[in-house]
Amino acid sequence: MIDVEQLHKSFGAKVAVQEVTFSALDGQITGLLGPNGAGKTTTLRMLYTLLKPDRGRISVDGVDAASQPLEVRRRLGVLPDARGLYKRLTARENIAYFAQLHGMDAALIRQRTDALIGTLGMHDIAERRVEGFSQGERVKTAIARALVHDPRHIVLDEPSNGLDVIATRSLRDFLRQLKAEGRCVLFSTHIMQEVAALCDRIVIIAAGRVVADGSPEALREQAREHSLEEAFVKIIGAATVEGLA
Amino acid sequence: MSPTLAVFVKECRESLRDKRVLLNALVLGPLLAPVLFVGLLRFTIGRQLEQADKPLPVVVIGAERAPELVTALKQQGMEPLPALADIETAVREQRVALALRITDSFAEDWRAGRPAQIDIIYDSSQREAGGQVQRLRAMLQNYSWRTGAMRLIARGLVPTSANGLLIAARDQATPQARGALLFAMLPYFLILSSFLGGMWLAIDSTAGERERLSLEPLLINPVPRAQILLGKLCAAAAFSFISLTLGLAAFALAARLLPSRQFEMSLNLEPRVIGTILLLMLPLVFLIVISQMVVAAFARSYREAQTYVGLLQLLPLIPSVALSVAPVTPQLWMYGLPLIGQQLTVLRLLRGEAVTALQPALCSLATLLAAIAAFLVARRIYESERLAVNA
Repeated sequence: MIDVEQLHKSFGAKVAVQEVTFSALDGQITGLLGPNGAGKTTTLRMLYTLLKPDRGRISVDGVDAASQPLEVRRRLGVLPDARGLYKRLTARENIAYFAQLHGMDAALIRQRTDALIGTLGMHDIAERRVEGFSQGERVKTAIARALVHDPRHIVLDEPSNGLDVIATRSLRDFLRQLKAEGRCVLFSTHIMQEVAALCDRIVIIAAGRVVADGSPEALREQAREHSLEEAFVKIIGAATVEGLA
Repeated sequence: MSPTLAVFVKECRESLRDKRVLLNALVLGPLLAPVLFVGLLRFTIGRQLEQADKPLPVVVIGAERAPELVTALKQQGMEPLPALADIETAVREQRVALALRITDSFAEDWRAGRPAQIDIIYDSSQREAGGQVQRLRAMLQNYSWRTGAMRLIARGLVPTSANGLLIAARDQATPQARGALLFAMLPYFLILSSFLGGMWLAIDSTAGERERLSLEPLLINPVPRAQILLGKLCAAAAFSFISLTLGLAAFALAARLLPSRQFEMSLNLEPRVIGTILLLMLPLVFLIVISQMVVAAFARSYREAQTYVGLLQLLPLIPSVALSVAPVTPQLWMYGLPLIGQQLTVLRLLRGEAVTALQPALCSLATLLAAIAAFLVARRIYESERLAVNA
């Protein structure tokens, strides 16, 4: 379980995130939805301890991120916004490198890598160098790399960015599978359909603030709209006008 | 496998697969300097040798007035060329390098036993004029002294009484020291090899990794950043050290290719000296690599890092040039300065001079302290938020 309380972060004079509070439960998929520049990536970066929040508290399974950042990182599998791979290494070597950094031994690395290659359907690319991979193959490799240590909590920043329809669909299936295994899945997106198709819980962020938080049904009711998209536009629109005022 | 070791292995493996890194670290870095250096040396030494043996072409004006003089000069290696009109202009326009004019009154003065005038016409702004004029002047003086002596004997005097002084130049430079004078720049080339060897890895694993967006995923792993930094800089140091070793071996080989026997020079590059130099350079290699990584981490892009690191490698040129242009008597405290200490010690080793234990110890300790300080700076940069996020 991931708990985020009253998070605040500014870069110089620009306030990126303020008073962001939400939690993501185990066995659920939580979507962080918001337009570009809303503060999603900054929030996630604080969550995986790349950035230090100015104020507020983050805990993963009760472990405090500020005092035990390494412990928190050990519990998270992260697909960050920047998903650069090492192009002169093969897909398998890329995955194994991160496994080594997690302190796993060779036999376990082999076993976990093989399992992920199977689940993600990477047999034909596993021994190839990453240079020349398609976008979809890159994302698969990056996901396998993020999950190699079998984390209970999975954080993905815009995971479907740059993927075609087929790849997006198999990504969704994969996230559902993670959820079925009882893991806590948290991902950010600016695409309405994605949260509608996947999420048990939606946290909408606009202009650095949480403007709505609840199940898809609850959000539809809150905005008194039939479609989630209309609800989203209405909620975001209200927030932006408030933010401008 | 410890995280530091994992980073080290991965950086080495990735670099070994990169042709550009291989070319720079393992070929260009160690070989460029020796090849350039030896080529230049062979060229200048060969030229000097050549010129000493070659006939000296001189335009002689009025040769008919002093046939004996011309014959005597020919015996000493002068090659008389036919006279030209307006010889001063010809020399100024570089059509003629060197000319000798036997004046109109020469024959008359000669017969009367008076000093007979001869003009050497040359252009001192021409690079080779100095040596040629000196050779011609020596030939003339030789002839002048011989005739003078003959005249004294003809008058019944001892010719040596005309000489107030007897001058003999005795050069005290040992053969090694003479060789090392030529090689005064060698320490710089060794330092340059270390720079080039580590440079690509240092840039690639900081600025390069950030630019390719792989730094953020790397830093999310549960590993303290100092350990990641340590792994990266050990990999860069390994490449730098290999480059240095290859460069030193290339120099040892190149020293044999020099026409050193003709110059009675020998350079002390036996295995034991090479080993000592490598050991001495080890702390410096770390200092260099850490500095490169600090500079590369400051840069916002790969290209910017390349520019800064490129400028950084000019830094050791300053003491090298200063030491070879204006050699100072090394004071003990100078050995306590990184870069300069190594250069002084390496020079002493090459010259075959005794090196006390204190000098290399002082210079290694000082460099090690500087490397640790640089590492602390690098760690600060690595632990700042700016490092991963400003991409």
